[in-house]
Amino acid sequence: MHMMWFTERAYHYDPEVEPEKYRLLENQVIRERSFYGTPNRFFDAEHGAKLINQYLDEKVYTDEELLNFDGVMLNEHHGTPFCLGAVMDVEAAVLAGKTKRIKIVLLGNPVATVGNPLRLAEELAMIDLISGGRLVPGWVRGAGSEQFANNTNPALNRELFEEGVDFIINAWTTPGPFRHEGKRLHFRHVNPWVLPLQKPHPPFWIPGLISPDTAYWCAKRRYPYVALATKLEPTLELWHFYAEAAAREGYQAGPENFGYLQPVMIGDNQERAEELGKRLLFGGAFAHFARPEWMFPPGYNSKAATRRLAQLETGPNTSGKPMFTTTGEETEEQIEAVKNRIYSGYPKVLKDMQMIAGTPDNVIPKLCKILEVLRPGIFSFWLDGPVSAKDRKRCLELINRDVIPAMREYGKNLGLVSPFERKPGSRPLGPDGVYAAVSNPEALAEEY
Amino acid sequence: MASQEWSERTVRIAGINLPVIVGGRGKPLLVLHDELGYPGWFNWQRALAKERTLFIPMAPGFGKAPRIEWVDNVRDLACVYARMLREEGLENIDVIGFSFGGWVAAEMIANYPAQFRRSVLVAPGGIKASKGDLMDLFLVPAQSYLRATVLDPSATAEFSNLYGEPNTPEQYELLEDARAEFSRVAWEPYFHNPSLPHLLEGVANQSVLLIWGRQDRVVPRSVIDTYYRAIAGSKLVMFENCGHRPEIEKTDEFVSEVRNFLGA
Repeated sequence: MHMMWFTERAYHYDPEVEPEKYRLLENQVIRERSFYGTPNRFFDAEHGAKLINQYLDEKVYTDEELLNFDGVMLNEHHGTPFCLGAVMDVEAAVLAGKTKRIKIVLLGNPVATVGNPLRLAEELAMIDLISGGRLVPGWVRGAGSEQFANNTNPALNRELFEEGVDFIINAWTTPGPFRHEGKRLHFRHVNPWVLPLQKPHPPFWIPGLISPDTAYWCAKRRYPYVALATKLEPTLELWHFYAEAAAREGYQAGPENFGYLQPVMIGDNQERAEELGKRLLFGGAFAHFARPEWMFPPGYNSKAATRRLAQLETGPNTSGKPMFTTTGEETEEQIEAVKNRIYSGYPKVLKDMQMIAGTPDNVIPKLCKILEVLRPGIFSFWLDGPVSAKDRKRCLELINRDVIPAMREYGKNLGLVSPFERKPGSRPLGPDGVYAAVSNPEALAEEY
Repeated sequence: MASQEWSERTVRIAGINLPVIVGGRGKPLLVLHDELGYPGWFNWQRALAKERTLFIPMAPGFGKAPRIEWVDNVRDLACVYARMLREEGLENIDVIGFSFGGWVAAEMIANYPAQFRRSVLVAPGGIKASKGDLMDLFLVPAQSYLRATVLDPSATAEFSNLYGEPNTPEQYELLEDARAEFSRVAWEPYFHNPSLPHLLEGVANQSVLLIWGRQDRVVPRSVIDTYYRAIAGSKLVMFENCGHRPEIEKTDEFVSEVRNFLGA
């Protein structure tokens, strides 16, 4: 198994140290019903500098001291306190130089919104060289809000994404100079001097929120798909969809094709760990990642996805109701009431394992249950919420000391191999082209 | 009622079957719809249909109309419509364009001034606002934009009939399709073409009527002023207490102005 960890690198304040700043920022996010679009007057550069270095230091510490981790995972978001990593390649470059051992997993670069895939190919090739071939790039279309933050035409995103990824592969593998006259991209002289160390190019992993379009694209190209903390039932359905598409491509999908990201908060004390885990819900968390008008920009979704949304967004009291006429006018009491509603949902979040919090002994069976059900070869722990550097460090240490060894042992018995242990797409189908199950949905029903 | 007044047919153009709403009698009048799609059949159409045959193409990619993959901007679309008029034998006809449709009509005029006999541009986009901003359709939910297009939805009888039954999955999908296609052709630069006012300056003796509501929140006055200055001989009519949709907000006055301008 490949074991790594991830954090959004949120801009936040520790409620136990700076309660008033913590409260003001959270109230603003709730007033906006959105992290994206929070006015940047709330950004304090000195505080930002402290946090961004803390997040980098944690990864260097992982490389040096937490030897059971195989990698660290980065992403990027723009215009939001949700994520300080606005340009993840900058962080990846720092880590490439400062670390010696771990894989640097970028899930993923927003090809369409970056806009210049040749520049992206050069940045990533440099990171691969500096790191000595430890780069795992991934590609994303970017959240809806990223289209606004980067002013990229959302209706062209899918075309730009697909042509952009192919272009990057070509830039790395086709001897230059060559000319590219595509549909959306035009380069008259492609000849990047700096090429990746890994040949023919670094392995790609693709993160997603279980969009069938993306899973199908991955299955066709034999790229592992990493589900980002999605609920288990729909994730199982997507695994099945991927495996079916893989079978049509003539191969048997397996653990090497799948990854899963799981929010955790692990500590020495059960009660305290659960309390810290609750902070993942800060500001409304994913429900307030961005308002609907920013989540679903024009033309970003396929026709089929728009049809599904049409059913969801037109009932009474749905998130699709315009909010901008009412937000910003609420009293402090109303904001507090919204917060109470958000945090009162925490028991269900724990029950649904959207957050697994507790001592190692308590969390290990739950994490092993996920392995049993989803059978992923890639597993990423996710640490987030306004939690102090000290508590985060302890969480990582406990994962390293107790949790990963237990999960590895469990995963070994299940045959969970990573893409580094078995090449994705290299397993033949069974006799008569029949493919074997890639997950274990029955295990979900059993007690744990 | 409505089915007796109009019918839908398809026109084969540029490799697709383009749905066209046709209704009324008399000389043909091309009607180009706005950026949210074809809103439906209203009293202003009912009135004009008594003496004109309204010919209302769905813009490719909007609603039921298939997308034309190589149409990347509004000038491309203007050229598709010009080709359609040529192939349908509808050259030198009159046109009314609303908002986005007004922009398309203006592009057609700039490309080939003799294409239209007379043109009515109702709150047309297409030119950069020198003062204020064209309201951004993409920063707000479609329903919010829709409400902003009239001065007072509750005082506008036909408002709730725009784009079919309100707040249904069908309407949501229709508006999202429109936003998607409008994004393809008008995301950047938003809702305008920098060369359009310059090309319109070369247009002489063009019979153009500009109509604008003084409380239009979508298209600022400065856009209309630029049109008015650029097109020599154009006529400008402004309605008081009126937003972006004079055709339903001030139907009687609108019909009267259009009728006078086009001639019976």
